[in-house]
Amino acid sequence: MPEPVLVFACGNPSRGDDALAPMLLEQLQNSRAHWPGCEFLMDFQLQIEHALDLQQRDLVLFVDAAMDCRGPFELSLLAPARDNSYTTHAMSPAALLQVYRSITRETPPPGFLLKIGAEKFALGDTLSSHAERNLLQAGQFVESLLKEPDAGVWRQRLALIDA
Amino acid sequence: MICRLAKAERRIQSAKAATLAGIDSTNHSEITLMYEQLETAESSDNLRRVAVDPVTRVEGHGKVTLLLDADNHVRQARLHIVEFRGFERFIQGRPYWELPVLVQRLCGICPVSHHLAAAKAIDQLVGVDPENLPPAADKLRRLLHFGQVLQSHSLHFFNLASPDLLFGFDSDVAKRNIIGILQEYPDIGLQGVKMRKYGQEVIRMVSGKRIHGTCAIAGGMNKSLSREERDYLLEDIGQILKWAEQAVALIKKVHCSNLPYYDQFATIRSHYLGLVKSSGALELYHGGIRARDRQGGIILDHQDYCRYNEIIHEQVKSWTYMKFPYLLSLGSEQGWYRVGPLARVNICDRIDTPKAEAARQDFKAHGDEPMIHSTLATHWARLIEVLHCAESIQGLLHDPDVLSQDLLLQGEKRCEGIGVIEAPRGTLFHHYQIDENDIVTKANLIVSTTSNNQAMNESVRQVAATYLDGRELTEPLLNHLEVAIRAYDPCLSCATHALGKMPLQLELVDASGRVIDRLVRESDGMLQRSLADA
Repeated sequence: MPEPVLVFACGNPSRGDDALAPMLLEQLQNSRAHWPGCEFLMDFQLQIEHALDLQQRDLVLFVDAAMDCRGPFELSLLAPARDNSYTTHAMSPAALLQVYRSITRETPPPGFLLKIGAEKFALGDTLSSHAERNLLQAGQFVESLLKEPDAGVWRQRLALIDA
Repeated sequence: MICRLAKAERRIQSAKAATLAGIDSTNHSEITLMYEQLETAESSDNLRRVAVDPVTRVEGHGKVTLLLDADNHVRQARLHIVEFRGFERFIQGRPYWELPVLVQRLCGICPVSHHLAAAKAIDQLVGVDPENLPPAADKLRRLLHFGQVLQSHSLHFFNLASPDLLFGFDSDVAKRNIIGILQEYPDIGLQGVKMRKYGQEVIRMVSGKRIHGTCAIAGGMNKSLSREERDYLLEDIGQILKWAEQAVALIKKVHCSNLPYYDQFATIRSHYLGLVKSSGALELYHGGIRARDRQGGIILDHQDYCRYNEIIHEQVKSWTYMKFPYLLSLGSEQGWYRVGPLARVNICDRIDTPKAEAARQDFKAHGDEPMIHSTLATHWARLIEVLHCAESIQGLLHDPDVLSQDLLLQGEKRCEGIGVIEAPRGTLFHHYQIDENDIVTKANLIVSTTSNNQAMNESVRQVAATYLDGRELTEPLLNHLEVAIRAYDPCLSCATHALGKMPLQLELVDASGRVIDRLVRESDGMLQRSLADA
């Protein structure tokens, strides 16, 4: 039986700011706090088979570096979508939820996306100073989310942010 | 039966295509360069430029540019691949034992291929040649590699290629994707997801991790399979094998349902290169280099890949950063070749697993020539390899050596190591030199997609000349170009994927360089049209 909460980080640790999500995951796993009921997974990019990782979950948080992030980080609620991303080797989280729905004929678990502001993605680069600052703030925010792993609570927080 | 009935029609179509291009279809040496005239236009005056940027459903960034004259006749067609050229900088200065882990980060789609090529190279740095690797280590690496090829090929066929093949190249773009496949062909779509997952599970069991595994180390492996891991993989291999057989039957049916078209579309007559066993059988992990010409004759055979520098050179062209490898013995104009599934199935004498060998014989029998040149037949060859991988995985899981703890050998240090494997997309070369402190001082990588550079350009030109010339450009027509490129499953070494970073952009540019129209498909699928001078 999988853990009810899945945190899925996407990114390549050796491509500059693309390392943001894997580093955030590493920080969570190495922190003193324990995260009962949470499973942490990471991969370079999302693909169709990751839909199977969403089975029997209550809540899923995708974390990814993003160039179009408004602020240091940005949380959004995902809806399954037939976007263009499934025509490439990497899928968007929303498209992955759509694949889940297609293969299971069930409503996917509530999914949220945390984008962390990023700017440089060259192979061999370290994190930019901008990304380092964003990582710090995003890490604190995710810790606060995981202390209340409830989709309703996360939606309320989202409403407060939007307000 | 379908194939036999369609052969005559195909011959007529092929002759028509050749006649259209003004070429004698019986003279293969002339056909080899039939679209070269479209590489560079005589003059770019009064031509307008169309760019498809980036090509979708290939890894990383690709861009097709077409120069059209006022009557929409194609005067120049080029595939530009934004190839990453930072491999050497990334690798040099690092201790050699880090390489198998480090190089996995070069690519998000075939990290295991880089892992194994690097491991084979550093085996030599510790004085271990491939034939001396402990049998358990050799078999575990092969198991890992079969898992990698199975998952990579499955992803390509079911997720990226099947929407074009099952719905049609010019079908509704909203349906032409994996979601459409899951809705209209749910069994096929689900098989794709589960076959991909199974390949990933083989990787996880052998390497101990989903990604960034460190199992292959200098001189061998650092873990074997436990009985529990072996038994876990055995549970599903029978089903995977059955699905692989069904996939081969499916692609044969699709290909033969319109044989003249499939055998002609984007087809070029090329040489082929890859590894083979000493017996001449298909080989994915370790063998000698074989190259066959377009009529099936041997150009070179069982060559030691450590001498690759004496066999292959790379040509530089001013209009692209990506190099063009060629066989030195034939020169840059005649010596370009193809690698990957079609090449491997074409150059080998047999496949040493029975179901895949039967499929290979069936595949070869469908053509009139000793070599199968159809670019779309690459999909068929790819699925024959999936079947071979499934059979091989089953065989290895029943081999007690994969449970053995005799995993490592050390010899006398050397300063140079070369590792070559057949990655999913073709022959992959890793070459390293180290100093007395074990630090990498020189690295050279030739990735599979680079070897197919000339061939992909030729296919793009063939499609541009055949389907786009003199017609208004539409999304389905442009998809024809992408279908040709996609058959090669190019991996453009781009593991990064930042959200919102990869829109699809189509621009019309007139002879003065002014953008007169622009169509952008955002990463969320939304289309926007804007006139630059509006």
